[in-house]
Amino acid sequence: MIARYFSVAGGIARRLLDTFVHSPALFVPPLLMPLFFFVAFAGGLSAIDAAPGFDYPAGYTAFEFGFVLLQASAFGGVFTGFSIAADFQFGFGRRLLLATPHRTALILGYGIVSLVRAAITVAVVTAVGLVAGMEVLGDGTDIVALYGLALIVNIAGTLFAAGVALRFRSLQATPLMMVPTFLFLFLAPVYVPRELLGGWVHTVSAFDPATAIMETIRDLLAGQPADFLLALGVAVGLAAALAVFAIRGLRSAEAAG
Amino acid sequence: MNGAPTAQRGAPPLRVQVKELARRSILRTIRQPAIIVPATIFPLILLAINSAGLDSATTLPGFPTDSYLTFALAFAFLQAGVFAVIGTGQNLAEDQVSGFWNRMQLTPIRPAALVAGQLAGTLALGLFQAATYITVGLIAGGHIQAGIPGALVLIALATLITLAFGSIGLIAGMRANTPENVQGLFPVVFVFLFMSSMAMPRNLIETDWFRTIATYNPVSYMIEGIRSLLIFGWDTEALALGFGCATVILVGALTVASLSIKGRMVRT
Repeated sequence: MIARYFSVAGGIARRLLDTFVHSPALFVPPLLMPLFFFVAFAGGLSAIDAAPGFDYPAGYTAFEFGFVLLQASAFGGVFTGFSIAADFQFGFGRRLLLATPHRTALILGYGIVSLVRAAITVAVVTAVGLVAGMEVLGDGTDIVALYGLALIVNIAGTLFAAGVALRFRSLQATPLMMVPTFLFLFLAPVYVPRELLGGWVHTVSAFDPATAIMETIRDLLAGQPADFLLALGVAVGLAAALAVFAIRGLRSAEAAG
Repeated sequence: MNGAPTAQRGAPPLRVQVKELARRSILRTIRQPAIIVPATIFPLILLAINSAGLDSATTLPGFPTDSYLTFALAFAFLQAGVFAVIGTGQNLAEDQVSGFWNRMQLTPIRPAALVAGQLAGTLALGLFQAATYITVGLIAGGHIQAGIPGALVLIALATLITLAFGSIGLIAGMRANTPENVQGLFPVVFVFLFMSSMAMPRNLIETDWFRTIATYNPVSYMIEGIRSLLIFGWDTEALALGFGCATVILVGALTVASLSIKGRMVRT
């Protein structure tokens, strides 16, 4: 039974990954987006590291990498949500529901796709960062830890997008996946450390779960003492809450028939 | 035998054709809140976040103003341009898919009327967005150094930029098979926006290759034209470059779009 469960998940993942291989137009734009953000922010805003109070030791490229790593991970999940919505809008999702005894395998299958997508994007962004001279001051354990956090954010992003897609079952719901994720990321300290944020964003960023994760990733990258357990707790808690959201979305899709 | 005069005999004058198609385009835009709302709100959200997030940039030596909100306000107008590309292109692609163009081929309508008509909705939305951004910007604490006359010139430049981008959308819409294909342009157009002086004055961009790209990117000059009115008052060179770049893009894109539309109307 377990073998069958994973076979279903694997089948769904293979199908979608095959689609990407044959239709690069579906895969390339989501890959390029974090790259553009990285290049534009690290290149265009590098003078920010001369602002009074900006004291991140690894430099501005590494500082922005912390944001782009989270963006690539979260949006890897969101773009997979688009595929779920398309499958259900055009009827394929209903056939999947009929053919699958344990339907959470569907979410696992899409999650594998999301992971592959994010892994490729993160690899490209990391390579570009290193070529551009990004300083990595953390050791091997720090690097494993920061990519681990990114992995959990990818899972959380997938579960959120799956929950929305399974409830609405239409591509018209894509803004409902993108806008909250966008706000989740941009209400954290994207351009400068939290101490330098002005106005209302300074207040709001303290309550944004992305802040703790982004700050920890940056600390790990710079080899600084990091509040890893807090970030891990926030990321796992987010993923757990969104798992409930996704499963309830799945029940909603089942009820709709 | 010249078929065109025969086909156009008894046709309403160009003015009437443009008026009818413009009315259709404007009504269609008004009836699509799903296009108006994100195209207007999204740049405002980014403005709110960036103006708070990058406020410390104003402490850099040589930064031209102490209000990042005023500095970033110019970017909102350019973002509206990106939505003009997508909105105009998508509407045109929908017209092709829905058979509207096939029906137009049966009428004596002139391609110029089709172009002007398609852009009318873009123009209306551009005016609405420009007025909204100026109002919100001023309420939030931004200022326009060039005063009320400057605000009028700003609206004129912003509208010209929206029309220029909208004309690129016409080309995209003519070449796309489906409206979804036009959506795929979004990241590509966004690159032009981000690889410019949108977040930092060009003289403060430290990365050489980025500054070079920003210098060759016409978007930088359009942003700087708008920004000059907000920050410096009346900077003739910045305004000339801003209006010049927008006009060149508008004329170039309209020429290509008109030729495509003319070709499309001939084929039967």
